[in-house]
Amino acid sequence: MNSRVGYIAFNTFREAVRDRVLYNLIAFALLLSGAAILVGEISIDIERLVVVNLGLTAVSLFGVVIAIFIGIGLVSKEIEKRTLYTVLSRPVRRWEFVIGKFFGLTGTLVVNTLCMALGVFLALLYVAHKFEKMDVWVLAALYFIVLQFLIVCALALFFSSFSTPLMSAVFTFALFVIGSLAEDLRGFARITRGLGGALATGIAYLVPNFSALNVIGQVAHGDPVPGRLILYNTVYALLYSAMAISGAVLIFQRRNLK
Amino acid sequence: MAAIEILDLEKSYLAGFWRQRPKLALRPLRLTVEEGEVFGFLGPNGAGKTTTLKLLMGLVFPTAGTARILGKELDDPAVKSQIGFLPEQPYFYDHLTARELLNYYGRLSGVPAKGRSARVEQMLERVGLSGSASVQLRKFSKGMLQRVGLAQAILHDPKLVFLDEPMSGLDPMGRREVRDLIQQLRSEGKTVFFSTHILSDAEALCDRVAVIHQGELRGVGAVADLTSGTQGKIEIIFYATKVPAGLTALGAVARISGDMVNAVLPEEQQDAALELLRRERLKLISLALVRKSLEEYYIQKLQPAQIEKDEAPKESRQGVGV
Repeated sequence: MNSRVGYIAFNTFREAVRDRVLYNLIAFALLLSGAAILVGEISIDIERLVVVNLGLTAVSLFGVVIAIFIGIGLVSKEIEKRTLYTVLSRPVRRWEFVIGKFFGLTGTLVVNTLCMALGVFLALLYVAHKFEKMDVWVLAALYFIVLQFLIVCALALFFSSFSTPLMSAVFTFALFVIGSLAEDLRGFARITRGLGGALATGIAYLVPNFSALNVIGQVAHGDPVPGRLILYNTVYALLYSAMAISGAVLIFQRRNLK
Repeated sequence: MAAIEILDLEKSYLAGFWRQRPKLALRPLRLTVEEGEVFGFLGPNGAGKTTTLKLLMGLVFPTAGTARILGKELDDPAVKSQIGFLPEQPYFYDHLTARELLNYYGRLSGVPAKGRSARVEQMLERVGLSGSASVQLRKFSKGMLQRVGLAQAILHDPKLVFLDEPMSGLDPMGRREVRDLIQQLRSEGKTVFFSTHILSDAEALCDRVAVIHQGELRGVGAVADLTSGTQGKIEIIFYATKVPAGLTALGAVARISGDMVNAVLPEEQQDAALELLRRERLKLISLALVRKSLEEYYIQKLQPAQIEKDEAPKESRQGVGV
């Protein structure tokens, strides 16, 4: 990695870590894991199912909130506060700044996810008293959640490169919701004919397919995650994120910093 | 070699709800700053000073024209490692301490790891922040942030330093320290280009100044030339509690201050005025020629009638006559 990209990424990570809002969200996620344990206690024979479902959903939702919350401000906040001026007046290219910011935020989310994942596994151990072989698929689900974060970060960065923080948040969250229903949208497109069908097909394949990255229900039931799906999802998430980041770079390269 | 060559740089923005109305922020600007000069860019608020600096820093893109810094095009990455920039009312990453911030900027500027820490400490010392080096910037006052801003601008030992309103928000002591710093940079052979609307600072520091108003260059000149001329008047100060009757007849404008009279009168009336004081047995304190000031030049250039349309292309180191 380019050293300047690394420095910017580290600074972004350090800023997030020193940001108290992030700490609050982690604390809240841990609190939710506690709630999962409570539900597990009062559920008969389905403690594992409930803990995995609730825990991973919490990890996903809190991560997405953090990704959007920080992602939309990554560029706009720097312009608004003019911190960008002293960075871009140095031998730093604009694309290096955008990529560095992206890596910094994804790094923050990976660390954050690891902390929350630890909470999920501790909750699992608490209700089941031991780990089982099928628990390894929880790791696959967590990996897919991180892939979701990559896409959400890239989208937040893309929208924030030309829009206000509020609008960027609305756009990114809307795409996350629509993307979570991508499989349903694709099913709808298949059974629709004419212009509506073409439109639905276009939208269904344009929005990020978050539903393919959601295997929480599957692993909660102990079902395995095929290796092929892991490969496809990895390639898909990397390509989609790369496209969104490229869009952000292209827009930011031409932007006047007023 | 010229440190800065601005070649008809122009900037307009699209204003209005549908972004259809072009708003001119900077009319074609042609200006040259020589290496080793301390150059003042003067103008009232909203004159186009910051826009010019942003164009030179590559933060906004010109509508037309170009510029060269140290002989290189603006988009040449090699330029950026040789320049330092202090924005107006700087704001930095407030989660960092002053030391962390300078280390971060040092890395981005390519300051070698070996000696970077020593350089950071040296800069902190130079701007008087050694004692606050480990304090997060969110706890810094405006004046302290300005000092950090100056430190980051010169951290990587640039050949050319751009300062946007460097004295803004500083107390008299802080302003004096910034003035001293600019003088030091001059003695080190650096080129300093700074924008200001505080004329006394410009007069004290600059080799040359340019006046910009409403996005248009109104004049360029060497400070020594602009302030060397006289106005054909003399100022005499003498002990008296009332203005002698004959003095007014010589065309003097006089005011009494305590037991002293301060009178300004035409230069050709000098002998007659001195004769009058001798006759009246009044004690002379001082007699001096009234010199032209930068303020007068500045005010003159801001007047619409004084715009010299053909001045900018003819701009030279000798400057423009008052």
